Amino acid sequence: MTTVTVRIPTPLRAYTRGADEVRAQGATVAEALRALGTACDGLLTRVLTPEGEPRQFVNIYLGSRNVRALRGMETPVNEGDVISIVPAVAGGSA
Amino acid sequence: MTMGTLFLAESLGSSLDAYARGAYPNETCGLLLGLNSGRERLVAQVREARNLNVERAQDRFELDPQDFLAADREARAAGLDVVGIWHTHPDHPAQPSATDRAGAWPEWSYVILSVSRDGVKEVRSWRLNGDDFEEETIRS
Repeated sequence: MTTVTVRIPTPLRAYTRGADEVRAQGATVAEALRALGTACDGLLTRVLTPEGEPRQFVNIYLGSRNVRALRGMETPVNEGDVISIVPAVAGGSA
Repeated sequence: MTMGTLFLAESLGSSLDAYARGAYPNETCGLLLGLNSGRERLVAQVREARNLNVERAQDRFELDPQDFLAADREARAAGLDVVGIWHTHPDHPAQPSATDRAGAWPEWSYVILSVSRDGVKEVRSWRLNGDDFEEETIRS
């Protein structure tokens, strides 16, 4: 099995008992995140839609590439890859 | 009583001030890198990020996720964390708007700079407590 590192942003560390990164196994981004969801209760619903796609306010990066620009959640991963959960940050005065 | 204290050195505040004035009349935004210690939070570095909301740059911001990723990587390499977000409110008070609330994440500090043609008027910091923002104290 391929092992990757998933980087967890501060706002979601309540679901990882404070860990800033978690190792997960899977052959694709989707599989690795599903494995992460099994280990970290409640995390996946904050990150993915029920259909398994990134939520509107979340970006999933593999290395320095948004998976949307690759093969989406089905993008294959290699041993040692880093997946980052990147919260969308937006707002404004009006 | 406020939620916590954000320690922001004067030199870092001056950087934010310069970013805010430089972008006026548009909004600009960025990241706060630092350390958490209970209710206290120390900002060690600040970063400016690209505002992707070009159409409504005067009253909205959307922080470039690529800039987030770069700042997050630098923070981890330095033993720091992304501890908050800063953005400007041109010609508006330094209070979170409904739009700010809708886009907010827990745990982070949200520093807002009210900026006008004459410069930065007010800097305040906020954190989510449940569904609402609460102000935190800024100390240098």
